[in-house]
Amino acid sequence: MKFSFQKYLQVMNKVSLIIFREYLTRVKKKSFIIATFLGPILMGAVMFLPTYFALNTQGNKSFQVIDESGLMGAIFVSDNEVSYEYISTNLDVAKSDLLENDVDGLIYIPKFELNEPKGFALYGASNQSISTLSSIENTLELHIESLRLLASGLDKEVIDSFEANIDLNTINLSNSGGEQESSSGAATIIGYIASFMIYMFVFIYGAMCMRGVIEEKSSRIVEIVLSSVKPFELMMGKVIGIAMVGLTQFVLWILLTGGISLLISVFMSPEALEMGTANSEMSSEADMMATALSALGGINMTLVLSAFLFYFIGGYLLYGALFAAIGSASESDADAQQFMLPVTAPLIISIISLSLVLQDPHGSVSFWMSIIPFTSPIIMMMRIPFGVAPWELILSMFILILGFLFTLWIAGRIYRVGILMHGTKVNWKILAKWFMTSD
Amino acid sequence: MITIELLDVLHSLSLKFNNSMEVIKYIETTKKKKILDLIKIDHISKAYGGHQALSDVSLTIPDKSIFGLLGPNGAGKTTLIRIITKIIQQDQGKVFLNKEEITYDLVRKIGYLPEERGLYKKMKVGEQLIYLSQLKGLSRTEAVKRIKIWLEKLDLKSWWNKTVEDLSKGMAQKVQFIATVVHEPKLLILDEPFSGFDPVNADLIKNEILELRDKGATIIFSTHRMESVEELCDNIALINQSKKILDGSVKQIKEKHKQGQYIIDYKGTLPTKESFDVLSQTDLEGDLKRAHIKFHQASKPNDLIAQLIESIQLFSFSEKIPTINEIFISKVSPSHE
Repeated sequence: MKFSFQKYLQVMNKVSLIIFREYLTRVKKKSFIIATFLGPILMGAVMFLPTYFALNTQGNKSFQVIDESGLMGAIFVSDNEVSYEYISTNLDVAKSDLLENDVDGLIYIPKFELNEPKGFALYGASNQSISTLSSIENTLELHIESLRLLASGLDKEVIDSFEANIDLNTINLSNSGGEQESSSGAATIIGYIASFMIYMFVFIYGAMCMRGVIEEKSSRIVEIVLSSVKPFELMMGKVIGIAMVGLTQFVLWILLTGGISLLISVFMSPEALEMGTANSEMSSEADMMATALSALGGINMTLVLSAFLFYFIGGYLLYGALFAAIGSASESDADAQQFMLPVTAPLIISIISLSLVLQDPHGSVSFWMSIIPFTSPIIMMMRIPFGVAPWELILSMFILILGFLFTLWIAGRIYRVGILMHGTKVNWKILAKWFMTSD
Repeated sequence: MITIELLDVLHSLSLKFNNSMEVIKYIETTKKKKILDLIKIDHISKAYGGHQALSDVSLTIPDKSIFGLLGPNGAGKTTLIRIITKIIQQDQGKVFLNKEEITYDLVRKIGYLPEERGLYKKMKVGEQLIYLSQLKGLSRTEAVKRIKIWLEKLDLKSWWNKTVEDLSKGMAQKVQFIATVVHEPKLLILDEPFSGFDPVNADLIKNEILELRDKGATIIFSTHRMESVEELCDNIALINQSKKILDGSVKQIKEKHKQGQYIIDYKGTLPTKESFDVLSQTDLEGDLKRAHIKFHQASKPNDLIAQLIESIQLFSFSEKIPTINEIFISKVSPSHE
């Protein structure tokens, strides 16, 4: 066939008409506007409320302690979070009083042998959190250990001098030889957020694509439109138009989230500072959050954001095409269900595998899953905050491009036949037949 | 319209004849021949799985006329139309438009109203028509101008800003019709254009179709309702069970299928003769009776009159011309189980 520039322009003109229709009808919808404005508020809440609560947890737990051994001394010291009260009443009385008193638990230290400590108990009206349990156990163990050391004849001063307090700093070595301070906590959070957002975006906009195709097919407008454009042009117009809707939402979210988090941090910071100086022992969560936020600077946010954009578009095109093909084979959302699971399985597997990737972001599972185009958008976004070699990134992106070109090609072949088929019960065999049908 | 081809013919003819009248005559007939076949369908076959949808159908569709594609449901009309519009691919045969094999780009210029038609439900009428016209290549301003005229013509002026959901089925059909014709195509293909219309609106659309023909468009439409065809079509083809069983101009077909049947109103007693059969007889007012007669020498009605007036008083004599419906049924019924 001869290539004519004018014809090319005509086709592009028609495709852009389709893109704009798809885009405008969706962007004008109330649901889009609501989601766009509520999203950042929710995101802000998810990101900052835990910090806020962690920083503002008051000493609202109280325990009673009965020490029948007389060995332990005042090892439980009240602080802002937990208060301890030593009582000398009988255990049975204390137990029966426990429910009436406004107390969270009763720590019971029986008479015990140093070489065989047994019979310790925590009574409570409700289950205690693991962190509370381990903190109490820890205190008891430490004290019993030091008692044993004393009993073995060591000097108390010597024992105290053994105490060490270590805070692990993680430092990444880059090939250029520089050292980069990082926090795996921050990397984890950013990776999780980016991966989940890719997952959500691909699912939401892929499904939007599918429903759009089903709508055109079931309302029977498609044959009217197909008297003006080719099926592939119609499909591409829809896929691209919806991608633009997603991009618009993403950009608005970034802008709004930025704005809102700026507001929140301005509003929160004086209080947070005050809290930080008031109690030297912050809760562990708050501690982690604070170091994570301070280590954000160590992660290349420009890389994360631009990779996010790329993997969002690539992942969406890859799956959006398949969703469009599913739509063309279905006359209702219910029809589409049978094809949904196999198509979305790689997405779901990616999300499930995130914890594996976290354990070893540079292991072979992580590597291969970030190269295979069906899983790479989600897995790579998890890996990037931990640092990925440029060649891996480029390879993954290149294969993703090949991947979506491939799925667009397959989808186009199924779509051109399926979109005009009515009243046939479609299964995988029929899809394969449509795919094989020659032009 | 003079083409180079025509000039060549002119040149060779003026050498040959030296008589201008004859040349003009010849040119007129060649021109007619040239124009006659806008679409040529050449031995088209199509099967879906095991089902033969069309077998070896050949047709020619003359320019600037209305062509009716008739047949019962499932005969293959829509398949044929979808092959002409290149929505599906034939297994065998070719379709020519203006002597050129039809291409995708040619198809995009025609106006096509599919049998399975719908609109974007949530879109407004005006916006939707603008979108569809722009897809057909109209500029936005031109589209707005033409759509306004059409909406006024079809009584839909006040519906510009209403969504399609709010339209009745008939109104939606009118909007679809506008979408098909708004770019003023030279060739219109309408698949069951009257289905879903009440008689008033069907008439409205019928008149629009005639007007478009008079303005020079060629219109192909399919229908399973034969009665809508008679006054509308210049030419028809009958399709039944994937095969073409009949085609030609409505006049010719009717002429061909006359069976020498006459309706007579008379007084007296009909003679019994071997030259005709009385198919039915009814009593009208007074002594007046009406009979339906089949005369065996169909081409000579005068003979029949001569034989009749020997014994009866003849008040009215008319030939019973078969309707397309009757022709269709007579053609189709033997093959019906």
